[in-house]
Amino acid sequence: MYRYDEFDHGFVAARVAEFSDQVTRRLAGDLTEDQFRPLRLMNGVYLQLHAYMLRVAVPYGTLSSVQMRKLAHVARVYDRGYGHFTTRQNLQYNWPALKDMPAVLAELAEVEMHALQTSGNCIRNVTADHFAGIAADEVADPRPYAEILRQWSSIHPEFSYLPRKFKIAVTGSENDRAAIQVHDIGLALKHGPDGGIGFAVYVGGGQGRTPMVAKKIRDYLPEADLLTYCTAILRVYNLEGRRDNKYKARIKILVHEMGTEELTRRVEAEWDGLKDSDLKVPDADIKAIYSYFEPPVLPERAEGHGLLAKNRRENSDFAAWVSQNTVPHKHPDYKGVTISLKPIGGIPGDASADQMDIVADLAEKYSQSELRVSHEQNLVLPHVAFADLKAVYDVLVENQLATANAGLITDIIACPGMDYCALATARSIPVAQKISERFAAQERQLEIGDLKIKISGCINACGHHHVGHIGILGVDKRGEEIYQVTLGGSADEHTSIGEIVGRGFATDEVTDAIETIVDTYIGLRQSKDENFLSAYRRVGAQPFKEALYGSVDKAA
Amino acid sequence: MKVLTANRLSDGISVWYSPQHGWDLDIGTAETVSDAEGEARLAAIGAASYAKNEVIDVNVIDAVLIDGKPAATKLRERIRAQGPTINYVGKPAS
Repeated sequence: MYRYDEFDHGFVAARVAEFSDQVTRRLAGDLTEDQFRPLRLMNGVYLQLHAYMLRVAVPYGTLSSVQMRKLAHVARVYDRGYGHFTTRQNLQYNWPALKDMPAVLAELAEVEMHALQTSGNCIRNVTADHFAGIAADEVADPRPYAEILRQWSSIHPEFSYLPRKFKIAVTGSENDRAAIQVHDIGLALKHGPDGGIGFAVYVGGGQGRTPMVAKKIRDYLPEADLLTYCTAILRVYNLEGRRDNKYKARIKILVHEMGTEELTRRVEAEWDGLKDSDLKVPDADIKAIYSYFEPPVLPERAEGHGLLAKNRRENSDFAAWVSQNTVPHKHPDYKGVTISLKPIGGIPGDASADQMDIVADLAEKYSQSELRVSHEQNLVLPHVAFADLKAVYDVLVENQLATANAGLITDIIACPGMDYCALATARSIPVAQKISERFAAQERQLEIGDLKIKISGCINACGHHHVGHIGILGVDKRGEEIYQVTLGGSADEHTSIGEIVGRGFATDEVTDAIETIVDTYIGLRQSKDENFLSAYRRVGAQPFKEALYGSVDKAA
Repeated sequence: MKVLTANRLSDGISVWYSPQHGWDLDIGTAETVSDAEGEARLAAIGAASYAKNEVIDVNVIDAVLIDGKPAATKLRERIRAQGPTINYVGKPAS
């Protein structure tokens, strides 16, 4: 894992001191709220419905056991004993007091964490595949490049006041697990014609009120040019992006209005003047960053294969969990383990301080002290030996963390919605809970197969509803919560934006509507191997409209 | 009918203005007004408290009387008054 150098320690400590002074001055009345608000936002502090909210950055979703224990400690001492893992691989605390922020940030800095650039019109936390470094299908580990981007973009003077926020994601594999095509910049690692490593570069993806799939503007960018090219993109955006209308200020609108071809031409022209500058990343620097992400030396644990087979035979719940929540690892004796934060009827992404400590302990004992946060709001133990899976599972079961639903219909993404969020127009979590309860039976979930439901409580789409196989958007319609359903969205390498199926559903109708959609899919699929998304892409919306509304007239 | 609400500066917690208690955690004790003059008076109290750096996000909101006590009309404000509608880990006993 990356470790802070002197520069990192220095600038984080300086920012903690600076913000602590600003908080003190605000509480003393020396700063007005108008003066203070942009300062607190630069440090990840929002005001929500009930209290302040602090968003802590988890760079590219990678955490150590020590860091996770600190997150648990902060939850316990300064909050109400829990935290919420987000779709940007971050952690949010829902109840911290402003007066405690200096202490919280100082504690986080002790373990090389901060809340910088988790808000504001700057380059946000760079996200990556949560199976980075272990996935057999990856070209290279995306995290070293995400770390290079983090270092470049942190308190970047030129890009701290962009027209709007800016999100970058990196995937190391052709199988995109980082949703790169719905980011402002999406980078897909690939081999170049010379055998070297570089990126396909996508620009202008995003969700929110105007969802757009990113456009590929360069098929291959050598790794050394990562920062020069991103700088060129950011410069064109900073200059040409709209500042007159907040809702048209993201780069996706610029790409749309300028056109992909012209934008590409402008970026390439800007890059011409930059590509041989000192932003070119020397090979030695890439190697130096790579060294932080060297795979851990994993001892041979061949005894686990027989043991795992035996444990699976003896315990069907364990067998189901292994099938659903573990993935192959580059090392044949190990697996990556998804710890579901989606218990049946639970709150997607929430973890108690005690659960965080348990997971930290498991990582320390069984996974090289390393953890990941997925953009699907789960946690990952990246390096678990086959021989240790049963021990890990038993501890997870004791702590309500062993739900065997990774990728299934109850593995629902949901934003905090109107239970917490000042921007929300409807609740998300209770809808997720009811759907989860309706489809609780494991056999039924397995029968349905891969199906991603994603729920947002407002058009800003933090719950990624646009790219849910089934998306649900909560809106306010004359004081009533109404849920609009979209079908056919996807955030993988074949990204698509879901289509609205028809009129929305009231709170007490939406679970039935989802069940109708699922039953319709089961009825029309060609075989169990045809998953929901494939079936939808084959047949279109019509059968689902008819099942939901009876006739097309009623769908309007 | 209207009541005055805000969030405390020091910890961000939602509060409602009561003539007896000042900023109170319980909307049930809030002062209610039913005319423009009353609304303007509450807004002025809120503005003064904001200027003194006691509260932020000050708003005069719709309310109704339920069992003789004021309650928020809109769902968003009801959730602000009663807390999240879900059983999160650290939810205080009501």
